[in-house]
Amino acid sequence: MLTHLRPAIVILTIMTLLTGIAYPLAITGIGQVLLSQAANGSMTIKDDKIIGSTLIGQAWTSDKYFWGRPSAAGDGYNAAASSGSNLGPTSLKLMDRIKTDSDRLRNSIAAKLLPADSITASGSGLDPHISPEFAMLQIARVAKARNLSEGQIKVVVEANIDKPIAGIFSQPRVNVLLLNMALDGLSSSPNG
Amino acid sequence: MTLAGWFQIILILALVTGGAVLLGRYMAAVFSGQKTFLAPGENIINRLAGITPREQDWKTYTLAMLAFNAAGFIVLYGLQRLQEFLPLNPQGFSAVPEALSFNTAMSFVTNTNWQSYGGEATMSHFVQMAGFTVHNFLSAATGIALAVAITRAFARSGVNTIGNFWDDLVKSTLYVLLPLSIVVAIAFIALGIPQTLQGSIDATTLEGVKQTIALGPIASQEAIKQLGTNGGGFLNANSAHPFENPSAWSDYLSIFAMLVVSAAMPFMFGRMVGDVRQGRALFITMFLFITMGTAIVYWAEATGNPIIHALGIDPSQGNMEGKEVRFGLAMTALFAVATTGLSCGAVNAMHASLTPLGGLVPLFMIQLGEVLPGGVGSGLYGILVIAVLTVFIAGLMVGRTPDYLGKKIEAKEMKLAMLALLILPLVILGFSAVSAILPLALSSLANAGPHGLSEILYAYSSAAGNNGSAFAGLNANTNWYNTTLGISMFLGRFAYIVPMMAIAGSLAAKTKVPASNGSFPTHGTMFITLLVGVILILGGLQYFPSLALSPIVEHFLMLAGKTF
Repeated sequence: MLTHLRPAIVILTIMTLLTGIAYPLAITGIGQVLLSQAANGSMTIKDDKIIGSTLIGQAWTSDKYFWGRPSAAGDGYNAAASSGSNLGPTSLKLMDRIKTDSDRLRNSIAAKLLPADSITASGSGLDPHISPEFAMLQIARVAKARNLSEGQIKVVVEANIDKPIAGIFSQPRVNVLLLNMALDGLSSSPNG
Repeated sequence: MTLAGWFQIILILALVTGGAVLLGRYMAAVFSGQKTFLAPGENIINRLAGITPREQDWKTYTLAMLAFNAAGFIVLYGLQRLQEFLPLNPQGFSAVPEALSFNTAMSFVTNTNWQSYGGEATMSHFVQMAGFTVHNFLSAATGIALAVAITRAFARSGVNTIGNFWDDLVKSTLYVLLPLSIVVAIAFIALGIPQTLQGSIDATTLEGVKQTIALGPIASQEAIKQLGTNGGGFLNANSAHPFENPSAWSDYLSIFAMLVVSAAMPFMFGRMVGDVRQGRALFITMFLFITMGTAIVYWAEATGNPIIHALGIDPSQGNMEGKEVRFGLAMTALFAVATTGLSCGAVNAMHASLTPLGGLVPLFMIQLGEVLPGGVGSGLYGILVIAVLTVFIAGLMVGRTPDYLGKKIEAKEMKLAMLALLILPLVILGFSAVSAILPLALSSLANAGPHGLSEILYAYSSAAGNNGSAFAGLNANTNWYNTTLGISMFLGRFAYIVPMMAIAGSLAAKTKVPASNGSFPTHGTMFITLLVGVILILGGLQYFPSLALSPIVEHFLMLAGKTF
């Protein structure tokens, strides 16, 4: 065993320097120089202030904005404590939560069936997207709160739907932050 | 289920197969001693470490491996305990408690990467980089080294030696894992994964609310996390987190990266034993299970949960609890099955919130022994032990002395194989049984009813199988779970390796008997069928009673609309 001690310690040290220090620092250097927007978390800036990351979902409560999915990260969309609900398919707690959330949504949504993503918490609690169906159902509420026609809002939603490439790769989805930023742009324009 | 979904699944598996054939050929060349362009680096390391790559017998090889892993364990434990005194700790995290440090050190050394903690709220950048990233490489390299050693045992005839551990370890890291990681890490940044030394950024949302967004050197750890089938995420939500897996494209790359090295191992094996058909048979067996498992999970998740549908929810999206919109059900199903067929343990959806049958498959894939295709290296030596058992059973059926690749399989090998195979059910079922009646253990459960038993069973299966994924409702950060899961990981890794290496030693010393009309071919459909049967029967006999009490009964209760 003792004969193995020297190679064990030396290789562990060299590998720590190589894979634990040099490798991540070199990748950091490459990322910061060549791909700095992505390497720093794809932050979005408006009026010189960081308003969030386009990759990270946020909590939306105002009727003026489109809402995201329910979140189990901290008190909701806590981006320093990502988490799913981890509730199982026969959990009473899960069913109670779904009832509460769907009652709230039904205040402003007339449709008989709600899309599944509107009442389920994502795996990370930070899902930045909703389904196009869920976005469409929120148009009436947002239009009312903004005093705009539903048609005006619908145009913005449709422009913000990401469709699968070639109908196969990736999922149809709407980035809630980008959609809400586009909406704010719409309201402040002179003929809006 | 949609055609587009199946097209993605088949395309990724096809790309993995192609990549694995090429990588297998390259690895066979590396471990047969052919020089590569990185050879000067290897020479420097050997000189500093005082290594003369002299061939070792199985005992010396195993002892070197154990000494190395013991040293790694001690350092990793120390780094966590001393975290507050170490650099690169922008969030000012204090020392990690004893039981959690023990669990986490064992977890990363054994290639399990079970995480009782939330990364962004517990570990400093320094511990993540100099501790976890290092062991993501080294535990994977250890697995590859051991698999190469047992491959040599089959390839050689009448010798006592099976290679040199240090040589294999350094080659695995330098020539296989590091170059692949650099490429994948840069691709990951391009796809949106952060790589910075900053701790977090405060944003003010359009509604005027402050949001603190945790950041870090994520891409570099993410690359080796997948390539080394480690699975330990930088952030709590693992590959479901948009910073670990921002898009469908990063998801495709994640699945490819986690599968490709393990899938290359049987091809490397085939080349090194001089018969590529042998490796192909093992590969086909592994991927049959992946495909079947994915089909079941995909179907179960697309069918969804009738209790939720009864609340006025549209069933067309399937079960979305714990899933991200950007991946879709097909890529969630493939990810869940691949990560558990491997011993990876990364997750892009919360397994605890899968439907009962959708959760049964990942659990069963782990219990089948982490050989489909298993962890890097560990999957190959794992399936070779089962292959040896299969030819033995086949031999019994026709009354012939069994042999595999010209090596006679005798009582000694069978005893050692059984010793290795029995450690998993003993650990999984033993600890689960105790936890199911211990009030201390039961207070950690998040879900009542049969789902609670699933949480416990999944935890010990994941630990002993060195997987690392979880039904994460279970609060495992308690002294009971941290300690017993740590012991499970240790036994699942090393109590399997030692008898397996003894088999390697015994086989290397045997002379090859040339194939005759009487020998049972181990590359055809008949052998694959038998191997699939042995894997299923072995796993079924061991775990079916416990599974019947957890996911299976939960499935019927869900159909009956019962909640807990």
